Amino acid sequence: MTTITHHVPDALLAAYAAGSLPQPFALAVAAHISLCLDCRATYEAHLASGGAVLETSSAEVVSAGLKANVLDLLDAPIDSKPVYQRSGVYPGPVMEALNGKPPRWKSLGLGVRQSILSDGTDGSVRLLYIPPGRAVPDHSHSGLELTLVLQGSFSDETGRFGVGDLEVADQAVEHTPVADAGAPCICLAATDAPLRFNSLLPRLLQPLFRI
Amino acid sequence: MKQSPPQISSLTAAMIAVRNDRDRDAFAQLFDHFAPRLKGFIMRSGTGSGQAEEIVQEVMLTVWRKADQFDPERAQVSAWIYQITRNRQIDVIRKENKPLPEELGEDPSAEPDASQILAVEQEAGQLKNALGRLKPDQREMIEKAYLGELTHQEISTQTGLPLGTIKSRIRLGLEKLRHELKELR
Repeated sequence: MTTITHHVPDALLAAYAAGSLPQPFALAVAAHISLCLDCRATYEAHLASGGAVLETSSAEVVSAGLKANVLDLLDAPIDSKPVYQRSGVYPGPVMEALNGKPPRWKSLGLGVRQSILSDGTDGSVRLLYIPPGRAVPDHSHSGLELTLVLQGSFSDETGRFGVGDLEVADQAVEHTPVADAGAPCICLAATDAPLRFNSLLPRLLQPLFRI
Repeated sequence: MKQSPPQISSLTAAMIAVRNDRDRDAFAQLFDHFAPRLKGFIMRSGTGSGQAEEIVQEVMLTVWRKADQFDPERAQVSAWIYQITRNRQIDVIRKENKPLPEELGEDPSAEPDASQILAVEQEAGQLKNALGRLKPDQREMIEKAYLGELTHQEISTQTGLPLGTIKSRIRLGLEKLRHELKELR
C-alpha cells in the first residue's frame, strides 16, 4: 500500500462520494480505494462534507406513522446481498463485477487479452492482460479513461504505473502503455466512451471484440 | 450507553448503543434527529414526499442492520448516513448499485478511543461551520456537488471545502484499524 504514487484526483473522489460518477468510473475508484489508504481517507472526508450538507438541510415533517413502521420492521428478515472479498489480485468491487467468478479472457492477439465487465451507454469497463514488453494498442480517447494496475506494471509517456496506481487520461493524452518486465500486467480500464484504436488491425477487429 | 464517555455527542453515543447493544430507544433517538433532515435532503433533488419517505425508511432500516460497520473513530454519524442515503438514492433513481470499496474489517474497535472519536466530531463540526461561513452561491455549489448534481468536471472547477484536517484525523483512525486487523491475523 505504501508504493502507490498515482492517486485519484480530488474532484473524482468527491464525485464518487456524491454518487455522480458513471458506473465504470465508480468501479475503478472503488477498486483503487480498496487498495489505497490515502484515497480512502480523502473519500471518507468527502463523506463527512456530505454529512455536513445533510445535517444542515432544512427538515421536512415526516408522516405520523413512519417511525412506528420503521420500528416494526427492525427485526424483519431480509435477503442479504453477497459480500465479495478480494480474490488474488482482484479487489472486492472487481470480484463483484465478475459475479465472484474468474475473468473470461478473450485474446486480442500478440498475447494481449481482455475480459469485458460491462459495456453500456455510460461507458465500458474491462480487464486487460498484457505480457511483458507488449503494448496495449495505441488508442486515442473520445472521453476520459481510468486505468488501475492490479498486477505487474506498465509505463507510458507519462510515467510508470505499478500495483494500485491509477492513470487518468483524457482526450489530450495520446499514450502507448507498454507492460514492464516481470509478471504480466493486469489492469482495469474504464472509459465513458468506446475505445478507438489507431492502428489498422485492431480497428478492423473492433466490432468483433467490442474494443 | 454507560461505556461511552460522557463528552461525546448524544448522536454518536446513540449510534454506538445501537451497534453494541441493539438499543431501540437509542435508534428512536436517531430516527427523530435524522428522519426529517433526510426527508428534506432527499426532496431537494426533486423527489416527491411519498417516495422520499420510502427512501428515509430504507435508509433508517439500513442504519439498524449495518450498524456493525459504523466506526466512530473514522466517521461521524451524519457522514455514515449520508453515504447510505446516496447509495439508496442511486439504487432507486438509476436502478443500479454503486460499486463500494472493500470494508476494512468486520468489527471496528470494540473499545472506542474517546479522544479519537471526539477529535473526529470536532473536525466534522468545523467542516459544518466552514460550510455555514461560505458565501451563498459558493455554498449552493458545494451542496449541489454533494447532492450528486454536478459532474466531476464541474466539481473540479469549484473551490472545495478545507478537508485537510478531517482527512488526517480519518487517516489516523484508518491506520489504527489496520494495525488492529493485522494483530488479529
